[in-house]
Amino acid sequence: MYDVVIIGAGVIGGMIARALSRYDLKICVLEKENDVAMGSTKANSAIIHAGFDAPVGSLKAKLNVQGSQMMESVCKELGVKYIRNGSLVVGFNDTDLKTILDLYNRGKKNGVNGLKILNSEELHELEPALSRSAHFALYAPTGAIVCPYGLAVAAIGNAMDNGAELKCNYNVKSITKTDLGFEVSSYTEKVSTKYIINCAGLFADEVSALANDSSFTIRPRKGEYILLDKECGKTVTHTIFGPPSSMGKGILVSPTVDGNLLLGPTSVDFNEKDNKDTTQVGLSSIQSKACEYLATVPTGKNITSFCGLRAVGSTGDFIIESPQKGFINVAGIESPGLSASPAIAEYVVDMLKDSGIVMHKKKKYISTRPSATRFRDASLEEKNKMISDNPAYGKIVCRCEKITEGEILDALRTNPKATDLDGIKRRTRAQMGRCQGGFCTPYIIELIARENGISFESVTKFGANSAVITGKTKGNPNL
Amino acid sequence: MKDLVIIGGGPAGMSAALSAFDCGIKDILILERDSHLGGVLQQCIHNGFGLQKFGEELTGPEYAFRYEEKIIKSGIEVKLNTMVLDITEDKTVTATNPHDGIFQIKAKAVILAMGCRERPRGALNIAGSRPAGIFTAGTAQKLVNTKGLLPGKSVVILGSGDIGLIMAKRLTLEGAKVKGVFELMPYSGGLARNIQQCLNDFNIPLRLSHTVVEVHGKERVEGITVAEVDEKRVPIESTKEFIPCDTLLLSVGLIPENELSKSANVKISPVTNGALVDQNRQTSVSGIFACGNVLHVHDLVDFVSDEAEIAGKSAAKYINNDLSDSTEINIFTDGKIRYTVPQRITDLTDVKVYFRVNNIYKNVNIKVTDGINTLLTKKRPKVSPGEMESVTLKNDHLKNVKELHFSLEVV
Amino acid sequence: MEKILTCIVCPLGCELCIDLEGKEIIEIKGNTCNRGKIYAENECISPKRTVTSTVKCTDGSLLSVKTDQPIPKEKVFDCMKIINQTTATLPVNIGDVIVKDVFGSNIVATQNKN
Repeated sequence: MYDVVIIGAGVIGGMIARALSRYDLKICVLEKENDVAMGSTKANSAIIHAGFDAPVGSLKAKLNVQGSQMMESVCKELGVKYIRNGSLVVGFNDTDLKTILDLYNRGKKNGVNGLKILNSEELHELEPALSRSAHFALYAPTGAIVCPYGLAVAAIGNAMDNGAELKCNYNVKSITKTDLGFEVSSYTEKVSTKYIINCAGLFADEVSALANDSSFTIRPRKGEYILLDKECGKTVTHTIFGPPSSMGKGILVSPTVDGNLLLGPTSVDFNEKDNKDTTQVGLSSIQSKACEYLATVPTGKNITSFCGLRAVGSTGDFIIESPQKGFINVAGIESPGLSASPAIAEYVVDMLKDSGIVMHKKKKYISTRPSATRFRDASLEEKNKMISDNPAYGKIVCRCEKITEGEILDALRTNPKATDLDGIKRRTRAQMGRCQGGFCTPYIIELIARENGISFESVTKFGANSAVITGKTKGNPNL
Repeated sequence: MKDLVIIGGGPAGMSAALSAFDCGIKDILILERDSHLGGVLQQCIHNGFGLQKFGEELTGPEYAFRYEEKIIKSGIEVKLNTMVLDITEDKTVTATNPHDGIFQIKAKAVILAMGCRERPRGALNIAGSRPAGIFTAGTAQKLVNTKGLLPGKSVVILGSGDIGLIMAKRLTLEGAKVKGVFELMPYSGGLARNIQQCLNDFNIPLRLSHTVVEVHGKERVEGITVAEVDEKRVPIESTKEFIPCDTLLLSVGLIPENELSKSANVKISPVTNGALVDQNRQTSVSGIFACGNVLHVHDLVDFVSDEAEIAGKSAAKYINNDLSDSTEINIFTDGKIRYTVPQRITDLTDVKVYFRVNNIYKNVNIKVTDGINTLLTKKRPKVSPGEMESVTLKNDHLKNVKELHFSLEVV
Repeated sequence: MEKILTCIVCPLGCELCIDLEGKEIIEIKGNTCNRGKIYAENECISPKRTVTSTVKCTDGSLLSVKTDQPIPKEKVFDCMKIINQTTATLPVNIGDVIVKDVFGSNIVATQNKN
């Protein structure tokens, strides 16, 4: 019997698991995919918003500002890359100016520090690559960038280091009330728990309905992105937003913590929760929009494009509430959900405390986690020490991102363990560089197979039926 | 301190090392990232290599072995499994391997021979899902030829570059069904012989002026949508066609891997994506030379070996302070000729200038002028972007010349 | 009857034009070397191909191999069957015969393996 079952191993589920793992609780995180961070967490803008966007008085506003203030220290504890690069909402005409002034005033009321309206001169001095038709901007020095899937992996890893369990490929199909709490079942397994926290992202409405609460719905909203080569990573230093619309914050141009340049997202409401296809229309609209912002847009430097789905709740605000005793929905966590995630976790901890669960702090709580990038970030001397202790750190596997075999083995051995190619990619950046895995994929397949004692044919891109290899060439009886 | 450090132990690196060695430079170090010499040749198990160089038809591993044998015999130092992390303008090379850790070597001269990489899907902005089953042709080649692993059973290939064509044949022989090769351009990027022996022999259709517009399948590729493209290479909506398959191979271009060259401040040509070099294959940085596919993508390994010999000899001369630069002639092209290698000439000597054209032309005159006077013309019945051309300029041509203009006239 | 072929003997890929009367070759045009002429003749009468592939080794690794002579084109897949059923015993040197007498050719190693 668990004390708390968290459904969904995205950044929200992960941060809540981590916050709860400070206490003497038996925690289990259930994830329907083969790995953590597989939903909205893995494909979003990776921005820590300052907090001027959300409506005054909303839960979004409150938790965004709080979360944004907590994020740097959380990232430090978890060894996750965080860069406070500041953000700019740029404006081109009088309508935009009005919007920007509104945002400024809203930000003040939301408690965002350091906001400033920049004139053309100040703006172009800060960002020389911007289009000359950008005349003013709202500058938010507290805006930041982070690696969202890195944060989720680290948070869940830290929770696991503190005793939490993770069950992947656990697709929740029923929730039954019992005398002591609930029984949460997939087709093949069953767990009992006193409390459930529903962090199922796009599917939070369906999970809530399993527990007889259908008071809200979640709609997917597509966001397509284009990622550019690291050569272009210094095109801008701040995160550049256009003026917002009802469909979100508009297309942004931003450096990433790993030094690439990110363009996107599009914003299209959609019905299919599992359709993450990019579209020709979407990708070309990103290109053309970026051309409006930037004086010159790098061409021929795209290395990949992808699509994420935002979990848009029917209430317009975050839905963090308890429809019945022992069951908490954490739903509709669209933007600024990533920014708010540490604050959401604390908010949920408080809700649990209020609900009467006995929570004692662990005596031996580990608050930090070794950084996945510790080898890369080490000094030359430290690197040589690591290589002499473990020669695998001397062997570069991913030549584009310069990722060593040692780091890949770490990803396969450290909680939450990577078990597929994409899991390695998110944890180490191997296959994420300019050749997109062209050179290193065959060797990483070998490492995964060897480390897990499985056949090459069983190695997948992201679990289930995504096997990479279809068979062996020799001894094929059909030939 | 080393006389000569060579980055890469593929065909270019080995050939450059041997020619420098033959010119009297004995203090040479080859740094190779893989666990063997020969680079990509080791996975190119098909035949067709060495006809120009050895007068016989060899497979990739056999061609590589001809050089490897000589390297071993010469005693030239080779560090395998060694990745170069950085090169500076003053020719300090930083590298790492499991045995030595991270180490630095200062060199009198450096030869860049890192080869090239394949253009990935993202560079093409192909829309759709991102399932398993999308490989570059070279990745598939490595899986099939060196690991015995089949990347798919039912395959569509985008791009008719040579690796794509060769993989069509290799996959067919190893038991996969190749449903077709689709090429964006109205002509193939590969050699005519490969279209014959890799596609026609197995009745694999080649469809020119076609591209893949969408990938389908959530977990594994389930099919792709192809479409014909118009003259501007824009897909024509009404020609869209779904083709079921479990694998998409991409053979859509090779990019010289010049990240290290850039770290050494070597100037890069936006056309070749390789260094700008003189006839000695010396880059914009004194004492740093480049050859092989890191300089520009070659059609044949034999030409890579030739070019590397030039770089090796030049590096030897440089180390002996024997490299003269008596002149400075820049070469300009007319667009129909996309680029030349070298891009500048620094000595009055006979120079073979290689170049590539931007389209298929029949019955052409290649004209070289100094801006005013025609120095040389060369007739060719047919030129195509897939096949490197060359002209040899004589020492006499270059006297009192400040610049050279290469143009192509259709007769 | 005129038959157009692409020569596969070398990377030049010459376009060969063969004037045929039934199975008899009247004239071959377009070749730039004698090997091209021989190719054209063979191609019209009994086309041949070199097969390159890999065989399993006793240690589970792969060894690259080829037919040391071109074999009849229609036997290529039969040759592949033989190749796929073969296991090479290590060590192997480049040029070692792995399978003798396969459609008039030997299957030989194209790499060294210890």
